[in-house]
Amino acid sequence: MNPISIEDKLAVNKYDIDKDIHIKIREDICQTCDGHYCLYACPAECFRLEEGRIIFSYEGCLECGSCRIACDRGAIDWILPRPGFGICYEYG
Amino acid sequence: MELDAIIVGAGPAGCACGYKLAQAGLEVMVVERGKFAGAKNMWGGAFYGPALSELLPSLWEEAPVERYVACQRLSLLTDENCLSIEFTTPRFSQLPYNGFTLLRSKFDRWLAAKTEEAGAIVATGFEVDDLLWDGNRVAGVKSGSDELPASVVVACDGVNSILAQKAGLRGELKPSEVKQGVKEVIAFPRETVEQCFGLTGDEGVAWEFVGTCTRGLPGGGFIYTNKESLSVGIVVQLNALIEQGIKANDLLEDFKSHPTVAKLLDGGKLAEYSAHLIPVLGIDMMPRLYTDGLLVAGDAAAFVIGTGLILEGANFAVASGVAAAEAVARAKKKGDFSAKSLACYQELLEQSFVLKDLKTFRQAHRFLENPRIYGTYPKLVCDFAEKLFTSNGQPKKRAWQLLREAMKGKVSLWRIARDLMQGKGAV
Repeated sequence: MNPISIEDKLAVNKYDIDKDIHIKIREDICQTCDGHYCLYACPAECFRLEEGRIIFSYEGCLECGSCRIACDRGAIDWILPRPGFGICYEYG
Repeated sequence: MELDAIIVGAGPAGCACGYKLAQAGLEVMVVERGKFAGAKNMWGGAFYGPALSELLPSLWEEAPVERYVACQRLSLLTDENCLSIEFTTPRFSQLPYNGFTLLRSKFDRWLAAKTEEAGAIVATGFEVDDLLWDGNRVAGVKSGSDELPASVVVACDGVNSILAQKAGLRGELKPSEVKQGVKEVIAFPRETVEQCFGLTGDEGVAWEFVGTCTRGLPGGGFIYTNKESLSVGIVVQLNALIEQGIKANDLLEDFKSHPTVAKLLDGGKLAEYSAHLIPVLGIDMMPRLYTDGLLVAGDAAAFVIGTGLILEGANFAVASGVAAAEAVARAKKKGDFSAKSLACYQELLEQSFVLKDLKTFRQAHRFLENPRIYGTYPKLVCDFAEKLFTSNGQPKKRAWQLLREAMKGKVSLWRIARDLMQGKGAV
C-alpha cells in the first residue's frame, strides 16, 4: 500500500458537512502562541500553519476532542456539530 | 409522563443501561447525537469477556460481529526487525468466545436496536447541551430550548463527557490523561484476510505492537482482523505527541510501512480513517461516579484498563451500564434518586470486576511512562534475536553471551531488574 496523504484519507470518510462551523479559533490568541500544539494534536490535521498564521478547516474534523484539551491558550471554542452533522462512521 | 431515566449516549454503556432498565419495566430514553448509534464511535477492535453475552444471550446468533479472537499476538519492533510472541488455544475458538472483533458503526446500531426492542426509546440525532437542574439536583437534560425532565440522568457520553463536567464531577481532561487512537480500516477480499493470517472460518487475530512504531513515545500499534478488512492503527499518549511535535497519522504511516506490516497491506483499499481519545489513567482520573439525580458510566467514568498486555474498555462500559441500571432500579423502588440512594452504584462496581480491575492495575500507567519499554527493550530483544538466529559461518556464541552483547551500551542488568520489579507491581 502506498503512503496516503491525510487529505486522501479524509476523502474516503463520510461526512454530513454543516454550513455552521462547530469549532472556532481565536486568531488573536493564536498569533501570540509559539507552541502550536493544535498542529500535532489534531489527527485529521485540520490545523495548518501558513505564513505564521494558524488556518483551521472544520470539514475534516473527527470530533475526537484532542484540540480542545491540547490548546493551553484557550484559543479553541469547541462544541459538537449539530445533530446529524459531522463525521458519520460507516465502519468505526 | 415523566421518564424514569434519560441515558445520554447510545454506546455500549448507554445501551446496556437502557436495555436493563427497559427490561425491568422502567420508562427510559436513550439519546444519541449521531445520526444513528455508532455514527460517532470508533475503537481498535476487540471486545473481551462475557459482559455482553451475559446481557444478550442471543449475541452469537444475531450480532454483527466480525471474527472471534483465536490468536493473540504481541510484537516488538525495531525499524526493520520484529520479534513476536503468539498465543493460541482451541478454547478461544469455542463458545462463549473469549474475545471477538467488531466494527462499532454496525455493532452499536444493532445494540441500540436491541435496546429499543426491549422497550426503551432510542432517539438518535439528538443533542444534549446541558443538564436540567432543580436546585442542586440533576432533574433531566436540555436540548436547545427544550427541557426533558427525568428522575435520573445516566451520563454515558464518552471520554469527553461534557455532562460529568457540567455536573461538577470532574475537571477538564488533560493531554496526559488520554491516548489518541488513529485507525484505518483497510478492505480486502475475505479470502485474502484468511490466507494472509492463516485463518479458517471466523477465526481472527488481535495483534499489538510495541517499539519504533511510536518513535519511542508511550503507546503502540495494532492490527485486528475483520471479516473483509483489517483495522490498522496507532495509539499514543496525547501529551507526548504535542510536546514532541509528532503527528499520529505520521506514526501510522511509519507503522504501515514497517516490513512486517507492509506486506500484509499490499493490495488493500482504504475504507475509512478514524480517531478517538482513550482515557488511560484509570482510577487516578475517575470522576465522582454519582450525584443527586446523575450517574456516570463507561468511558465518561474512565473505565478502561491498558497495561500494554491487556487493553479493555468496552466490557467495562457494558458492566458499568448494567450496574448503573441496577442502581437506578433500586432507587426507583425507594422513590429516592438522591446521591445517598444512588451510592449503591459505586458498591455494585466495587463488587464487580470493574473497580476491582481498575484497582489491580492502578499503577499500570506509571509503569507505562517508562520510555525504555518503547525504545531500549524492543531494540534489545530484536538485536538479541538477530544475533541468535543469524548463521554467518563464524564460530557461534552462547545465548547469554549474545544477550550481554545486545545489552551493551543500552541498559544495565541492574536497570532491567529495577524495571521488572516496577512492572511486577503494575501490570
